[in-house]
Parts: sequence; structure tokens; C-alpha cells
Amino acid sequence: MAMAHGAARDVVTPEGAPPPAAIDLRGIDKSFGAVRANHDVSMRIGAGTIHGIVGENGAGKSTLMSILYGFYRADAGEIFVSGQRVEIKSPHDAIAAGIGMVHQHFMLVDTFTVLENVMMGAESGPLLHASIQKARGELTRLADDYGLAVHADALVSDLPVGELQRVEILKALYRDARILILDEPTGVLTPQESTQLFRILAALKERGVTIILITHKLGEVMAVTDTVSVMRLGQVVADRVSRETSKEELAELMVGRKVRPTSAPRHDVAGGVALTVEHLSMRDRLGVDRIRDVNFSVKAGEIVGIAGVSGNGQSELLEVLAGIRPPSGGGFVVAGRAVTAAVPCGPDDMRELGVAHVPEDRQRRGVVAPFSAAESAILGYQREPAYSRGPFLDTDAIAAHCRSLMERFDVRPPTPEIGSGKLSGGNQQKLILAREIDREPRILLVGQPTRGVDIGAIEFIHAQLIALRDRGCAILMVSVELDEIMALSDRILVMFEGRIVGEVAGRGADASELGLMMANAHTDGRERRVS
Amino acid sequence: MEDAFVFAILTVNATVRVATPLILCAMAGLFSERSGVIDISLEGKMLSAAFIAGSVAAITGSAWLGLAGGIATAMCLALLHGYACITHNGNQVVSGLAINILASGLTVVLGIAWFHRGGDTPSLEATARFMPITLPVARAVADVPLIGTLYSRLVSGHNLLVYVAFLAVPLVWWVVYRTRFGLRLRAVGENPKAVDTAGISVTWLRYRAVMICGVLTGIAGTYLSIAHNAGFAREMTAGQGYIALAALIFGKWRPGPAFGACLMFGLLDAIAIRLQGVHVPGIGEVPVQFIQALPYVLTVVLLAGFIGKAVAPKAIGVPYVKDT
Amino acid sequence: MKSGGQELPRWIDIGLIPILNICMALLVSGLIILAIGEDPLEAVAIMVRGAFGYEEGIGYTLYYATNFIFTGLAVSVAFHAGLFNIGGEGQAYIGGLGVGLVILAFDSLLPIAILAPLGILAAAVFGAAWAAVPAYLQAYRGSHVVITTIMFNFIASALMVYLLVNVLIKPGQMSPESREFLPSGQLPFMHEMLAWFGIPFAPTPMNITLIWALICCVGVWAYIWRSRWGYELRTVGHSEAAAAYAGIRTRRVIVVAMCISGGLAGFVGLNEIMGVQHRLLINFTAGYGFTGIAVSLMGRNHPFGVVMASLLFGALYQGGAELAFDVPTISRELVVTIQGLVILFSGALAYMSTPWITRVYRALTAGRVVPAGSEA
Repeated sequence: MAMAHGAARDVVTPEGAPPPAAIDLRGIDKSFGAVRANHDVSMRIGAGTIHGIVGENGAGKSTLMSILYGFYRADAGEIFVSGQRVEIKSPHDAIAAGIGMVHQHFMLVDTFTVLENVMMGAESGPLLHASIQKARGELTRLADDYGLAVHADALVSDLPVGELQRVEILKALYRDARILILDEPTGVLTPQESTQLFRILAALKERGVTIILITHKLGEVMAVTDTVSVMRLGQVVADRVSRETSKEELAELMVGRKVRPTSAPRHDVAGGVALTVEHLSMRDRLGVDRIRDVNFSVKAGEIVGIAGVSGNGQSELLEVLAGIRPPSGGGFVVAGRAVTAAVPCGPDDMRELGVAHVPEDRQRRGVVAPFSAAESAILGYQREPAYSRGPFLDTDAIAAHCRSLMERFDVRPPTPEIGSGKLSGGNQQKLILAREIDREPRILLVGQPTRGVDIGAIEFIHAQLIALRDRGCAILMVSVELDEIMALSDRILVMFEGRIVGEVAGRGADASELGLMMANAHTDGRERRVS
Repeated sequence: MEDAFVFAILTVNATVRVATPLILCAMAGLFSERSGVIDISLEGKMLSAAFIAGSVAAITGSAWLGLAGGIATAMCLALLHGYACITHNGNQVVSGLAINILASGLTVVLGIAWFHRGGDTPSLEATARFMPITLPVARAVADVPLIGTLYSRLVSGHNLLVYVAFLAVPLVWWVVYRTRFGLRLRAVGENPKAVDTAGISVTWLRYRAVMICGVLTGIAGTYLSIAHNAGFAREMTAGQGYIALAALIFGKWRPGPAFGACLMFGLLDAIAIRLQGVHVPGIGEVPVQFIQALPYVLTVVLLAGFIGKAVAPKAIGVPYVKDT
Repeated sequence: MKSGGQELPRWIDIGLIPILNICMALLVSGLIILAIGEDPLEAVAIMVRGAFGYEEGIGYTLYYATNFIFTGLAVSVAFHAGLFNIGGEGQAYIGGLGVGLVILAFDSLLPIAILAPLGILAAAVFGAAWAAVPAYLQAYRGSHVVITTIMFNFIASALMVYLLVNVLIKPGQMSPESREFLPSGQLPFMHEMLAWFGIPFAPTPMNITLIWALICCVGVWAYIWRSRWGYELRTVGHSEAAAAYAGIRTRRVIVVAMCISGGLAGFVGLNEIMGVQHRLLINFTAGYGFTGIAVSLMGRNHPFGVVMASLLFGALYQGGAELAFDVPTISRELVVTIQGLVILFSGALAYMSTPWITRVYRALTAGRVVPAGSEA
């Protein structure tokens, strides 16, 4: 079991002397239904070190840490804290064991002050008066010791993200955490705030606090951590001492060495430009810039793949191009129609312009689970005359259409009456794809085409996309699966924090290079621009 | 001048009497809703408590036993609501509605079966009620100009439960803003996940909130049947539970403003009858029904965002489900 | 949604669990009857006889059922759009106001053949208008529709009392009612209509509106499940994300759904004012709006279920009246109590029995081989 990874299993701290491990996980298993989120995971984290856990989305890092913090209970395996076996059934137990966690999405009460947030749950007594005194004193001490300055009486809703994160760290330290887990901490920080954070982590480490850093940013791993574990598909694939590895090696381990043979010979792109995106920006309701000044174009008969770790603006990009969200700045042109913030275009109009959309969130957007497959098969097209007979829906025509789609796209079982929610993931996706491809669209936007889809359906879907491309459609594909991007794309764009940070040709693309770009760890000079 | 002064005193006293059940129910609803559980069953709990209090007082002759009965009844219904909403993640609006309708029917069914008076309970003797209390030195200072009059005729002379209601407001404020329980209560209504990650039980917090709601509505109902009146009459709550809810929303879920809203709505009710027949320049006669509808209209206007924003606790109405 | 857990088959979800919920409600009701010293089984017998045992009873049962069909449909339509319309009471009230106004204005000028459709229109428009404001506030300003519709119920009540006491009251009388409508403003009773065909039937309030109620059932079914707008309405109700994806104007759908809902509730006014009372009066809604919620929950928000549940509640109302008449210790409010229990068990505690039913079902089907998955 321990040998399966093939890499160094016993992590030795840089000093050479082996102290008792702060955290020792042995054989952790966790499944959610049919999905195996953690598979026989073992990890030893030395006391007073900073340990990184890296991996792509779905690798199992967050699940593992959620188990350590008591959110989930592992199906199998043991947890040892500082050499003692512990049962962690809830966050309460984790806190008692000295474990604190800073979540990716902050666990703060917006209407409270910083002081109240730090106190809540760890008050000194039934009356707040005493707790407030103690908390104020502690906050001052922690600020001095670790450089964690915060405005104790400020309302959380008024504070910048960087300070909020310091509050989260303070919460953990206030509860005497000796082991601190940080889940993707720099995802919401500016570079300056990130530097500040690392200074704080260094100060904590000096005081003997053990830090576990979940991240996909390899630059940080190299800069900050002492040791690192790489996870992929629910398993630990490698452990390394940070000083003895490199970004390139980690990237390679993260994405795996499998190189899928390209599914079809690529042809030279035939058509003209179908979609032009110019200085596109999008700011969401919370005021965060999700898309920043994005420029690219897609030609007819070409597949452009957008690679990147989830959460870097790709989802928002597809939603803007599909008309679900309006742009904040800049815009795009399709079929002669310019879409900008001033002249937005809704999804129904986008469909009329020949834009089809296979959404990322299949179950919430792509189908309506309680509807029959036939009804889901007209989602977005319910106003087409072909589906109506007078004021009513032509149920026969709709069912016939659905049956036809199901037969052509191998949806099983091919019964239009079946509830959409009862189809397996792969069959749902095939149905959605069928629905969109059936229109012979000018442009197809497709997000995560094979997420949660079984192997047989994956190949079918890929073949369909290639065939569609060959018929002259312009396809923009977003996927977190690098294999998929590399197999299908004629051109690959990499998105990071809302920007396009790299572009490479699909032919002969290098997985590790892409991995570096996705983690924004590539050297600028090495960017190869292919027009 | 003398008449106006007497009129003012009478109006204020009437306001106080009408506002008392509103205040208690509004404070009750505050606990429940601040913890994230919608409660539209203030009406039903109050009605049931009024009935049981009136029945117990009639049977035992003791107002205190009546109070105990009223509180126990409201607690049971509150726990039922909690069981449906917190433990079973049921629809909170439906549960509240069911309790209201159930109370409406059951109080009359049992009332007729037990007392054969068309749904009312027997009239109570003064010994079985909470009668007006004369506060110390009230009689002595009655002749002192202004202050003495105010003290002896306004402040003194109400029954015990009125004083309980008015004292409840600062007490509730103190619990919600100065105790550990209050801090956690407010937290769980805004972000239950934050409370869960801090290692505190969301379920137990919400149950406690719902139980406090039961106690306060129990007192409110008891007030109606054995303090304010001399027995239970069918449907005697007459929608006051909903007005209390409106006052709570109008007061933006804060004790002070909700208390103010209760007083305002109580005042409207007290002067509604008095305003009948009175001509307001430019409008003519103000119909009593308009004044009766005013609390509801004002609440809608507030909810529409025209007089400030009423921001409910963020997690209200959403059952907390841990994804395991 | 597919997950690792096993899903219960449809027949359990739609058939068994609702029946179980009703049984629990009836069981508790039986306990209450026992507690007040009467025999539950005899009570049931009296109720059944009162509802179905003789012509007059049947007529009353169907008359009540008419009102419940309207309010039940109203709640169902709103429910399919993801909204909780608690304002059926107020919308029915104001719908009746509309009917009354139209008839009082025109009953001396127009024949029944024109007044009847006018009455239908007035009931629908006025009922819809009363729902439109809460609808707009929910869709465009985010005001919780539950609270606003509750408030509007009370406002309607105050408004109607004011109008009937001060404006529409028949001069010279004490009770707050309008004058009686002329024959051209009165819908024919069922017993009158049956008499045209020579069929004798006991006089009851049951009138032609019952037929309109059934037409509405078909209409609602066709609208929700067979029209484009119904498709969009259901999509909004199931998933606003999917609605956004499909380019559906969610806010508009919400307002339209509530207006339809209000209009349907308004038809209670048609039944009561034009069909039974033949004048405008206060409190004719008598809790029909709230019963509509129970009916809708029981009927699983489908017109067919609504009709069945309406019949059941109509029988409860009529049977309850008979029971209250026969047994002095039991009052009419028992029906209200049962109604509350039904809402409790069919609504808030609807899935209370699911865990152990699932266990029983799994135990019973353990031997059977689950068919090989329909996976690709």
C-alpha cells in the first residue's frame, strides 16, 4: 500500500531529527455515494512545519481536511494528533484537539464586529462582559506576537478580504490552535496581501504552530512550505520535501503523466471568425472582478479550449457569452451583433443568433430534474413553433424530437418519459449535448463536457464535438481536465484570476507547461504565443 | 385642559393594555426569527395559551396555575413547530400556519366540550385573575401635581403581566446583546455554518430560541384571558399575533424598535374608536377600518423598501442541512 | 436526483405517503374526539351520512367543494412557480367585491347571459389585482410574499367592512350588506337547473359555479402542463438557474403566476356572491382561503388531486355541520381542527414517515435483484 505511490514516503523534516508528527493520517477512506473522494490516504505532517497539499479540483484535498476538522467522518482510517489517537466527530472535537481551520469561504457573521466573531463559540462565560475584556487583551497580544493587526470593533461587512482572513486566523489562534489548516488562502488576496499572509505564517511557524496549506499555486508552495503532498483523484501520489523538488515536477505530478492520444487528426481551420471577445470584463454583485480585460476570438471550424483551475473566471466567461449575465465592461461580437454592457443580450436572443450552450452546472441549469427527458430536451427552446400546436405544446412532436435525439446520441434508456433526474450523469450530458448540437449552432459554448461522465460516454461526447467542429461550428470549451483540453483543442487558452495568461497551440501541447500556466507559475519569457 | 389631560391618560392606559400582548409576542417572535426559524404561529400559540389559562383558572381558581398552564401549552406548540422545522427540516411557513389553524379549531372544540358555553370559558372571579396592582406609595403621591398623578394613574394600577411585558423588553435586549447565548443566537440566524464550524450545536440553539418563544407567547395568551379579561372568549386573539409579527418586522427584528412599533400599533388601536366621527381637515371623516388596517399597510410599505430596508436575519427560513 | 441512496418508487411518493399523512391526521382527530368523551367511530359514521347520505347533504358537500377547488387551484398554481400564496382569503374577498360591484351596477340593465361572463371577468380581475401587489413586491423588490399576502388578507378585511358599512350598504338596514341582486344577477342553482330537465333535487346552495370550477381545473391543467407559459412557470418553480439559462423572464413569470392564482381565488367570490348569497356581505370567505392551502397540499398541487381533496374537505365541512348538529358536545370547529392537522401532517411533517418507510421498503425488496443500470 505504502509502496504504491512510488515516491519517498517518510517525510523527514529539514533539520534531520524526527519529532513526533503533529498530524498523522492513516488509511483515510471517504466516499460520497459512488464517488470516492479519499482513497486510502495516509499523510504525516511534522510538528512546527508548513506542509502543503496540492492537487487539481476533485483531487480530494478539501475532503481530507474536512475530515480532519470534523465536518465529515471518514469511512475508514485513523487520525493521530501529536502521537495520540483522536476521534474527531465534529468541529468541537477538532478544536479541542488543537486544530483550527481557515476556510476558503469565510465562516464569519457579517453583522458582527471582529471582536464578536472571534469570541463567538469561545466565550469565557455566560455574560459577554468578561469575554470582551479577555478577547480584547488576547487580540492585542496576538497582534503583537504575530503581526495580525485587525480593527477589533469594525464590522466584518466593512472590512477588506485580507483583513477578514486575518480574523479567521485569529479565531483559530484564540482557541489555542496548534495546528492551522488554510484552504486556498490566497485565492481571494492581492499579491501584497499574500506576502503579508506568508509573513504571518512564518511567525506562527517560529512559535511552533504547524501549518497545513491547501493550494494549487505552485509558486507559493515552493516559497513557503517545508514539505508537500500531491493528491490526485482521491489519493496521495507523492510526498516531497519542498526544497528538493521543483514547480515543474509538482505540476507533472498534479496532472499525471498520462498523455491521451489525440482522438482525431486536426485539420487546418477553415472558416472566418465567428466570435470576437474584446476587452471583456465582468464584476459580480459583490464587487469582485471575475473577468478582467479578456481578448480572444474563435473561428468557425475550430475548438478553442480554456484551461485553468476552477474559479479563475472561466465559468463566468461562459455565462456572459451565453447571455445569462451581462458584461460590466467591453463586450463581444457574434453574428454581427455586438453585445456590451450598454446593449446586453439575453439567453433567448443569443440562441437566435446561433449560440448554443452546454452549461457547466448540468443538474441545476442543463436539465430540470423533475421534468421528463422530453421536457428537458426543449429547455431554452420552448418557444419554437415546431413544439407548439396552437396555444399548447405539441407533446407528440416534443416526445418524437426527444426520441430522435436519444437515438442519435445514444442516450440510455431512450424513453422520453423518463425523469431527467433519473438519467445517469453521462446520459444527461449526452441529452443536453444532443439538444444543443441538434440546432447546428454557429457557436457552441460548452463547460465541463465530461464531468461526472463515465468512460464510454466521454469518448462518444468527444467524437460528437469533433464532428460538430468539422461541420464548421466554432466551439469554445471550458474544462478543468487537462487531458480533455489537450485532446480536443485546436488552440488552448489558459485563464488565471480572470485573465488569459497564456495561449498555446493544441497540437503538441505540453501538459507540464500548461500546468505551470494554470498555476500561474510559468516564467513570462517562456510564453509561446501562437496566433 | 383638564379634559385633554384625562383623555391623554385614558388613551395611554388603553395603549398600554392593548400593547402588552403585542410586546410579549413580538419579543417571542424575535427569538425565534433571530435564530433563523420563521414563526407565523404567534397567533396560534397565544390563542391556545389563553384558552388553557382561562380553563385552568376557572377550574382551579388560581391565576398562577392558569399562567403555568398557559406557558406549558404555548411551549408544547413551540416544540411542535421546532420538531417539524428544526428536526425534520419542514416548511416553516406551513408549520406555523398549521398550528394557527389547529389552535383556532381545537380551542373551541375543547371549550364547548368542557364548558358548554359556545367556546368561552366561565367568567372568572377576581381571585382567579391578575388584577390591577397599586404600586407602593401610589396612593400617597396621588395628589402631587403632575408627577404624582402620572405615577398613580399611569404607571401604577396595571396588572402584573403588564409590568412583566414592559420589563421583558430591556431583559430581552440584555439577553440578546449582552450574553453568550444572545451572541450565538444572532450568529446562528445569520450564518449557521459559522456557528457549526465553531463547534456549537445549531439545533440546540434553535430549540432554545423556539422554547423561549413559547414561554413569552404563553404569558401573552394568559394575559388576554385572565388579566385583561375575565375569561377566554373564542378567537379572542383577533389577529394580534399577526400584528405582533408586523411590529417585529417593522422594528427590524430589534427589541427597542419592535417595542416602539408595538406601542405605535397599540396606540392606533386605542384611538381608532375615539377617532370615529372626528373630522380631519382636508380628508373628512377617517374611517375606523383605515386605522385598523394601518399596521398592516405600514408593514407592507416597509417591506417594499419605501421606508428604509427591513433586512431579515440572513439565514431565516432555510433549514440547516449539513452535507455529509 | 441520482445519489448513492435508493429512491422510493413514484407510487409510494404520490400515493402511500399522502394517505399515511391523512391517516395520521385522522387518527389524532379521533383521539381528540375520544378526549372529549365521544365515540370516534360513531362520529365518523355521522359525518359520512351527513355528507353523502342524503340529497341535501350531497348538495352542500359539493357546494363547499366548489370553493375549495378554486382556492386549492390558486395555491397550486402559485406553488408550481415556487411561491406560497397565503392570500387566498383576501383575494377571494376582493374577487367577490368585484362581482358585487359589477352586478350592482348593471343588474337592471343587462341580462344574466351577459352578466354571468362579466361576473367571471370581474372576479378574476379583482382577485388578480389583489395578488398583483404582493407579487410585484416579491419579484422586483424581494419582499417576502408570505408576509405581504398575510398583511393583504387583513387589509382586505378592513376594506370590505368599510365599504359594506359605509358605501354599499342597503339604505335603511342594520346589517352590513348590499341590496339584493335582481334575478338577472343571480346564477341558477343546481336544483333549479336539474328541475328544467325534470330531475327533482333538494334545494342546496350548490350552483352552476361548480361546473365553472371543473372547467377551471381542466384549464389549469392545460395551462400548467401543456402550454409554453406553464412550462416556463414550472421551470421557474423548480430551478431559477435553469430558468435563467433558458432565457425565461423569471420576474414576469412570478407576477403572472400570482395574478392567475389570485384570479382563481377570486372565483370563490363568484360562487358566494353571484351564486348563493345574491348580495354583497362581509365574511363570506369564511376560511375557504386557508382550506385551499390544505387542499392543495393534500392534492399534491395537481388539479385532479385538488378535486379529490376538495371533495374530502367538502364532506368534512358538511359532515362536520351534521355532527355538530347531532352531538351537542362537538362543535363545527372540529373540522377546522382536522384541517389544521391535515396541513401539519401533509405539509410540515410530510416526510416524517419517509425514513422508516424506506427501511421497510428496502427490507421487503432486499431479495429482488435491482435491474442492471441504464448506464451507457
